[in-house]
This record gives sequence, structure tokens and C-alpha cells, in this order.
Amino acid sequence: MNQAWLKPPIFIASLLPLAWYLWGLQADALGANPIEAVTRGLGTWGLNFLLITLTVTPLRKYSGWAWLARLRRMLGLFAFFYVCLHLTTYLWLDQFFDWTAIVKDIWKRPFITVGMTAFALLLPLALTSNNAAIRKLGGRRWQALHRSVYVIAMLAVLHYSWMVKADLAKPLLYAGLLAVLLGLRIGWRVRERNRQRNAIPPAKTRHTIPIGVRR
Amino acid sequence: MRIRHPAAIAASEITPRALFDRRREFLRASAGLALSTLVPQAEARLGPGKPSIYSTSEAPTPLKHVAGYNNFYEFGTDKEDPAQYAHALHTRPWTVSIEGLVQKPKTLGIEELLRLAPLEERIYRLRCVEGWSMVIPWLGFPLATVLKQVEPLGNAKYVELVTAAQEDTMPGVKRHVLDWPYTEGLRLDEAMHPLTLIAVGLYGDVLPNQNGAPLRLVVPWKYGFKSGKSIVKIRFTESEPRTAWMKAAPREYGFYSNVNPEVDHPRWSQATERRIGEFFKRRTLPFNGYGEQVAQLYAGMDLRKQF
Ligand code: HEM
Repeated sequence: MNQAWLKPPIFIASLLPLAWYLWGLQADALGANPIEAVTRGLGTWGLNFLLITLTVTPLRKYSGWAWLARLRRMLGLFAFFYVCLHLTTYLWLDQFFDWTAIVKDIWKRPFITVGMTAFALLLPLALTSNNAAIRKLGGRRWQALHRSVYVIAMLAVLHYSWMVKADLAKPLLYAGLLAVLLGLRIGWRVRERNRQRNAIPPAKTRHTIPIGVRR
Repeated sequence: MRIRHPAAIAASEITPRALFDRRREFLRASAGLALSTLVPQAEARLGPGKPSIYSTSEAPTPLKHVAGYNNFYEFGTDKEDPAQYAHALHTRPWTVSIEGLVQKPKTLGIEELLRLAPLEERIYRLRCVEGWSMVIPWLGFPLATVLKQVEPLGNAKYVELVTAAQEDTMPGVKRHVLDWPYTEGLRLDEAMHPLTLIAVGLYGDVLPNQNGAPLRLVVPWKYGFKSGKSIVKIRFTESEPRTAWMKAAPREYGFYSNVNPEVDHPRWSQATERRIGEFFKRRTLPFNGYGEQVAQLYAGMDLRKQF
């Protein structure tokens, strides 16, 4: 089955949040504080796309739709795209490129420090999200590098919860979703390890097998 | 439609909300014109109120933002929640009980309170702890007028304000975001200061519910959360009352919470603010620009420690 045709409409759909904010700005439909609405909205969509990207593999496994795998790179790059726009609104509309203030802010405010760390970790993933980079790094190393996406997602949720004044409901919702997505992976790993362990003959020899070989 | 007891019912209660709002908008739009004298004054209109020397000449923030972008967690934590849900608030009957360390404790109905003093228009800056600000034309009278009614005792040093927590109209109080009812407090000299206002209206009209109807506090040199909305109780105390935000995050919110660009919130800077409607941020002023009137209240205090 070839679902390649799905890619362009999903690409277009992924641009809709941006279109909404652009339209909202010129139509004055974003409320009393449009700049805050845009900064937050773009950050929220950066996080949304991170979680959507992390949903691709479980969805593929449980549905059997192999073609989903081909959307993963595009969705991940959209996460990067929205985070870049989010960072830009911060640098421009929040700080007006006052670099001393920005450096101080990144240093002094834990929620900004964490956001910036997440961005710094996201950058190499975006730069290596192409076939040439995979070939150059080799599948294994590429995969090891891209596992940092879990850390990035955790930092992003932490970033969100640290900027909130009192109502943690939304950050906790994201934390819950992320916990499920991570939990699934841990479950797979444990099962995979058990399967391999069971495939290894008699218990007597088990303790002598070096950890690395079991994988 | 026949209305049997027209005198007993406020216009705002019989007119469909949308129509009522449109009429108010019309009145407002015409207020500046000579035309306004030809329009019969609606019952809901309180203003214009006596002009005050304390008013700023800065341009007021448009009403749709003043009444559309609010922090009133009892109705939900999103800025749009209060405007969406506060119409349900019961604002009549309404009483404020004034008690604690006083000679003559009293419970005053809103009608009595409205008659205590002539209404003044006070155009004040409002600076939210979150880093945005507005300019709001309030209608009200000094809190001191109310406090003098009950003859505070000599050992009364503070006033605590308790605000409404109506479980049936306030969806937010079912969630423990803060310790309800929301309380605030002032030192007695702050409470008696002529800038400290009880507001019952804005833009010449009764207070929209989402802005703290039927009466609220306005302390323009402190962060917005000090100005409690929909007040039901004023209590005189000897020791410093613990406020709702101090209970929620003692490291982040102090009792005084004077606007101070030098003392950052632990998680964000307070050096600048975005005036609603403006693109560039402005520098935040000490005491929100009211230093000349209030700085002496804090003479000798270390405002970094007593934030
Ligand atoms: C992986 C990277 C990032 C993600 C996923 C992310 C996500 C978010 C989210 C979800 C919010 C809260 C939105 C809301 O309240 O609805 C937020 C707020 C914010 N983020 Fe980020 N963020 C990231 C990186 C950054 C970076 C690098 C900066 C700046 C250096 C930054 C600055 C901010 C600021 C200033 C706010 C608060 C906006 C406001 O209060 O108006 N973020 N971010």
C-alpha cells in the first residue's frame, strides 16, 4: 500500500497553527496581549509536534501502518520549526535583541535556561534529519544521537511547568502524555530484553554473559 | 413582555445581556459627544464621577481589553475565563462585614456602601506581576472612608481582605489552585492612604463582574494581585495576615508586593512591562510611578527583603 499522497496534506495541516497566528495578528483576533499569545502559542505547538513525533512509532507498531514511519522526520522538523519561531518571538518581541539582557535571562531564569538547553539539544537533531547525515553517522550512532529527543521533551515540559504561576494542570497533562509515550518504550525494551534472555540457553551460564552481548 | 415590579429590578437584570452590552457600548461611544446629554442615562451608569488629582493623563486601555483580559482565578486561570464565566456571579444582595480589632463592627450592604462617599474617577496605572500593564479609569472612593466607619482599635496594625468564593457561580474554586477564599492584606497606613481605592465601577459604568463586581480594592503602586476583587469581609488584625499568594508560593510573593523594577520575581524579570496595546515594552517605574505619594511609607525598610 502506498500512502505517499498523505504527506503533502499533512505538511499543509502542520502549517495551520502558524497560519492561525499570522491571521490572528493582522485581524486583531488574539486578544489583549497578542504578542504573548503568539509566543506561547508557538511554544505550545513546538511541544505538540515533539509529542506527535513521539507518537508515530507506537502508532505504527499497534496499527501496523508501516507508512507512518515516513512522516516522522517531517513532523520532527516541524517541532524544530515551531521552536525556532518561538525562540525568535522571545528574542525579538520579548527582548528586542538586547543581547546582554538575553544572556542574563538565560543564565538567571531556570525556565529560560531549561528552554534554551532543550533548543540546543534539538539543533543537532534537526541538522542530522536527512539521509546524508544518517549515512555519514551510521544507523547506530544516528539512533543513539536521536534518543536525546526524550530528554528534550522532558526539558520542554519542565520549561512549561516552571513558567506557570499556579495552575499546573496543562503542564501536568503534557507530562502525563509524555510519561505514557516513554513508558511504552521502556515496556518494549524490557520485553525485548526478556525475550533475548529467554533465548539464551541454561541458567548456569547466564551470569557470565557480559551485559553488552545481551542486546 | 409585562414587567410587574419594575422598580425592584435593575435594568441589567431584565435586559437581555447582548442588548444590554450593546446599549452600554452605545452610551460609551456617545459619552464624549454632546449627544450624550440627549440620551437618557441608563440605570447602570454610575459615572462620570468627580475628577481626581491622582488621575494620570495617560491614554486609558480600551474597555474590551480591561474587561476581556483578566486574572480572576475563581473563574478559571486563563485570561479569557473571567469574561466568559463571571456573568453568573451573584452581586445582589451583597454585604461587606467589617470586623476584627474595631470599636464598632458593622455589616454594610452594597447600597449603603455606595452612599458613603461621592464617587470619584481615578485613572490609575495597573501593573500585573506577570509583566503587563493597563491604564484604567476606575470609579470609587478611598478605602479610608469605609475603614473610618468602624473606629479601629489602637492595636489594629493591618487589614485583611476576604473575597467571595461562590461555589455555584465560580468554576475555579472547585480546583485547589489557590487556598479559597482568596485573601489579601495591607498595613493600616497603606490601607488608609488616599490613593487606596474601593472601586465600584470603571469607564463610568458599574464594574463588569470579571473586574471584581460589586466592589474591589485598587492599590495602584502594588502588583495587581494585591487588589482583591469582589470583597466580602474586611478584618482588622494585629499581626500581618498571610495572603493567598504568600501561602501558594512564599518565596515568590511577599506581603508588600510593591511594584519594583529592582526586585525580580524569582522566575522572571520585573524591569520592563508591556502596556496592553503597545508593541514595545516600557521600563517599569518604582512603585508603578506613585513613589512621590507612597515612598515615605517604606522609609527605612529594605525593600529587597520585604518584597
Ligand atoms: C524545545 C524547546 C521549547 C519548547 C518545546 C517550548 C515550549 C514552551 C511552552 C509549551 C510554553 C508555555 C506556553 C503556554 O503557556 O501556553 C513556553 C513558554 C515560554 N517559552 Fe518556551 N519552549 C522551548 C524553548 C524555549 C526557548 C529556547 C526560549 C527562550 C530562550 C523559550 C522562552 C519561552 C518564554 C519566554 C515563555 C513564556 C512566554 C510568556 O509568558 O509570554 N522557550 N515554551
